[in-house]
Order: sequence, then structure tokens, then C-alpha cells
Amino acid sequence: MRKPLVLRHPSILIFLAVLAVFTVAVTILSAGYGTGVISTSMVKTLGKTLCLALAAVAMDLVWGYAGILSLGQMAFFALGGYMIGMWLMVARTEGIVAASLANMPIPPTQAEITQATATQIFGVVGADSFPAIWSFAGSLPAQLALVVLVPGLLALVFGWLAFRSRVNGVYLSILTQAMTLALALYLFQNDSGLRGNNGLSGLQNIPGLDGVGQEKLSVWFLWASAIALGLGYLLIAWVASGKFGSVTRAIRDDEARVRFLGYSVEGYKLVVFTLAAIITAVAGALYYPQAGIINPAELAPIASIYLAVWVAIGGRGRLYGAAIGAVFVSLLSSWFTGGRAPAIDLGIYTINWVDWWQVLLGLSFVLVTLFAPKGIAGLIRK
Amino acid sequence: MSALLEVIGISVSFDGFRAINNLSFAIAERELRAIIGPNGAGKTTFMDIVTGKTRPNDGQVLWGENSRSLLKMSEAQIARAGVGRKFQRPTVFEDQSVAENLTMALSAARGPFAVLRWRPSADSDARVAELAAEVGLGDQLPRKAGELSHGQKQWLEIGMLLAQDPRLLLVDEPAAGMTLAEREQTTTLLRRLAEKHAVVVVEHDMDFVRRLDCKVTVLHEGSVLAEGSLDHVTANPQVIEVYLGRG
Repeated sequence: MRKPLVLRHPSILIFLAVLAVFTVAVTILSAGYGTGVISTSMVKTLGKTLCLALAAVAMDLVWGYAGILSLGQMAFFALGGYMIGMWLMVARTEGIVAASLANMPIPPTQAEITQATATQIFGVVGADSFPAIWSFAGSLPAQLALVVLVPGLLALVFGWLAFRSRVNGVYLSILTQAMTLALALYLFQNDSGLRGNNGLSGLQNIPGLDGVGQEKLSVWFLWASAIALGLGYLLIAWVASGKFGSVTRAIRDDEARVRFLGYSVEGYKLVVFTLAAIITAVAGALYYPQAGIINPAELAPIASIYLAVWVAIGGRGRLYGAAIGAVFVSLLSSWFTGGRAPAIDLGIYTINWVDWWQVLLGLSFVLVTLFAPKGIAGLIRK
Repeated sequence: MSALLEVIGISVSFDGFRAINNLSFAIAERELRAIIGPNGAGKTTFMDIVTGKTRPNDGQVLWGENSRSLLKMSEAQIARAGVGRKFQRPTVFEDQSVAENLTMALSAARGPFAVLRWRPSADSDARVAELAAEVGLGDQLPRKAGELSHGQKQWLEIGMLLAQDPRLLLVDEPAAGMTLAEREQTTTLLRRLAEKHAVVVVEHDMDFVRRLDCKVTVLHEGSVLAEGSLDHVTANPQVIEVYLGRG
């Protein structure tokens, strides 16, 4: 009898333990459930970081294990956010509209409430009715299903077309960039049905939980994000171990050879790509209620490139490396761009980190690629 | 004896250059066959066509008792039908252990979901150990394939072909870059393989082919020039002219 997965790979156990300790520590220090040393906005930042880590681990499955350098992962992330955001917006706006109409002499009909809700949501783009894609927005289970289905289906169709035509390497990367860019441009249009460049907002207010303050909600979302990261990590580690992982890594190293072993390379890539897209979408669906707002800029090609940079810096081919990279670089990034990093006065020129952080990040990426190709995780191994 | 693989009048050109020109070839079950020919004779292209990597412009490739055409099948489907291929350079997955390499090749369901559910069993472990021993890598199972010597990689690849249990094995220059002792062992291995499988060996090295002691097909400019025992073909004036004479 073989040892179970977590015992064969002690890094999984260590990762889960660190995640659990982190979550408990943040809870104890939070304003909602503890001493309040960590502010509510910091708890949200940490919760969002866990979601990014999950997206990075999924990216590692696609890139580090299967060798598909997808630079469109954030499209799936944002789509997950949009799908849950639709329900959040409708349910909350409907609640507010119903409350304000309740005092009318004649009680409003459901149709009137729906109409007023639509005007409220789509007034900014000059529309006053729900577009067809909002048909299920009133139902939480339906939108939760769409969180998985929409990005999953997009990945399936895109992947099927790309892999079947044997588009590889840099061409595939460019194609994935084009996908996310096209989707962003489409969503920027006012008549796309998702409020154009306004995006969806007020997502931090969870319908039905009005009595619960943000200081508690933020901790709930941190827990949810931690659980999602833990489960996602386990799932991906399970997929990447054993024979499936073996075939996947073999595809990365020499896909022609894998074909001559009788494996359908396209089928494997499609499974990996779609699975990663779904996991990324779940991460996005947990991220945006913590961010409070989502708009098409989230799908900008650069966002997906950042994800790849995090994974590279963290160490691709090692799941914990991807998570470390995402946590480390994204937190550092928000510190530098948040204006809190002290500017360096060189006399003739002042290095302002809000502008120069990008340069520093780019430089670190180049240095990691040249001198530590296995990233931060590679240093840990030694 | 009916043919396992029958290639009828195939032709293929790349940018006007006829790499294969009306080539016909047949091999029976459990036959060992060597293909020789000068550079550019079309040996590798021939293998590419049989394994589905290259599509011929003309001709037919028929397989097995029911004479199924291989031309409409993908590489993976052809491999699953029972055609194994060993490349010129040893192509094993260097990042993975000898055991992992062999496990991947082991004949079993190849679909992604079946593989996802697949778990090693006592049987599969025993089979992997047995295969490794057969190719002289019995004590190397946990080692990464990348750490093996050139010769050992070649054997590992042959072990992987054995694990696939193909009916036909196409072997491209197995002796290239090997020491004399390694060659001897490779010859023995190939002869043993031919007891259970049909084996086609493409080789440059005449001494090696002589040691294989089997029927030889000589290719030249994409067609068969001569066929028969090595002594028979080397006596053929045309063969001497295009190939051996230059040596």
C-alpha cells in the first residue's frame, strides 16, 4: 500500500500548516474577531492576496507543469468575479429599491421593483432594462454555477481550437494575450451588458448580511479564501502527482515523444487548461467581493503577465513556489505603489517608488531568470 | 505469412524535393528487418510516415489483419494501435525517474481521465522492475533519466518501447554514439525483441547490421534499391555504386 499524497510530498503538509497558522493569526489580530492590530482594509488585502496565490498555483499547473505559457489567466479570474458580481449587485440593489418603495401608498409589484432595479444599475450606461445575460442574476446558485461554467467553457473552446491546431510556445502566449485583450475591449463597451468601463461596484456589501460589519465580513472572506487556496492546492497537487502529472511534465519537455507513447497531447492540455481556468475563476469570485469593484481594466493583458512574473519569481514547477511568489510580489507591489515606500533622494533625482516599482519588478524578473531560474522556491530547496 | 505493415507506393515531397518516391515495403509479424541507405535516402521520412508525423502525398499504409489505413490516424492513435518508435537521439524524459519513464510507457488506458484515476499497483510495480531488469537498469529505478549515460538512456528508451508492448518497433540508429560493449548489448536486446515483435532497424553502421543477421532493405533516393540478405545486397552492383562504393 502506498503512502497517501500528503506524506509522499511533505511540502503539501507544510504549506497547509503555514496557511492555517497564517489564517488563525490574522483572525486573532483582526478588528472583527481579535485585538484589532490588523486593520479591516489590511485583512481584505491579505484575503485578496490568498486569492491571487490560488490563481498563481493554477498558473503553475498550466505553465510550470504542462509548459503552456498562458498569458490570459486573469480573463478567467475576472470572469469569475463578474459572474458573482452580477448577483451581488442585483440582490443588493433590489433590496435597496424595495425598501425605498415600501413606503409608497400602493405597494410596488415585483415588476416595478425589477424595473427600478434595472434603471438603478444600468442608468450609468443609458439603459433601463436587464440585458439577456442577466437572466439568472437574481439567483445565487445560478450565478455560482456560472462562475465555474463561463470561464470553464471559454477555456474549453479556446483551448480546443488552439491545441488542436498545435499552436505552441510564444504563439500560444500571444493568442492568450489576444483573448484577454479582446474580452477586455468588448467589456469596455457600454452595450456589452456589464456596465462598460463602470464595471460592477459595491460588491463588498453582501445582500442579506447588512447587519454584519465589514470588519467581520472581511475575516469571513479571508477564511473562505484560505479554504479555497488550501483545497485548490490539494487538488492541483493531486493532479500534478502520479501518472497524470508525469505525462503532463513529459508534454512540457517533449510533446512529440509523448504522442508516440500513445497519449493524446491535446486532450491532456485541454484538461489542464480548463481545470486551471475554473480554479482561477473561483479565486476571482472570492477576490472581487473583497476588492469591492471590478471593471474591464482587470482583464488588461498586463495583469496576466504579472501573474506569470509572480510564478517565475516564486519558482515555477513547484506549487508552493508559485504561492510564495504571488504573496511576496503582490504584497510588495501594493506597498510600493501604495505610496508608503520612502522615496530615495539622490540629490539630482528623487526615486519615487510609485513610478519606479515597475522598473524594480522588471529588473528582479530578469535577475531571477538569469541567476535563479528556479525562483525563491529553488533557494528554499538548497 | 501475412504482412503486419504494408506500405504501398507512397510518395512525399517537401518543396519539390521528392524525399520518398513510390516506395513499397512490407514486414511480417515477428520479423527483424534492417533498413540501410545513404544520407537523404528517405529512411527517417519513411518512419515519419508510418508513425503519422508526416502525411504522404500518395500511396497507402496498411496495418494489421484488417488492413486498416494508418494515414487517417493521429500519432497517438497509431502508437495505441501498436507502432512504437525509437528516435535517433535517446529521447527519454530526463527530468523524471527511470521508474516514472517506464510507468508512463506501460500499456494501459491512455485517456486523461483514466490516467488521472490510475494508481500504481503491485502488478505495475513488478512490471516496471521486470522491464528495467530486462534492459539492464534494474538498480537504477529511482534515478533521474537525465543522470544516465548515453547508452543507458538508449536502453531505457528501448525499455519504454517494450513497456508499450507494440506489435511493430521502428528503431532509428540504435547504435549511434555507443561504445563497442554497449553495441553488443544493444544487438542482443534487438534480437530478443524480434522474438515477440516485428522490428525495423534503420542503421548506418554496416558491422552493426551484419551482427543483426537479418533481411536488409536498401533505400536510395526514396525508393527501394535492393532487398535480401546482407551478403546478397552488398553483392548488388547498384548498391555498391550508390552506397558502399563511396565508403
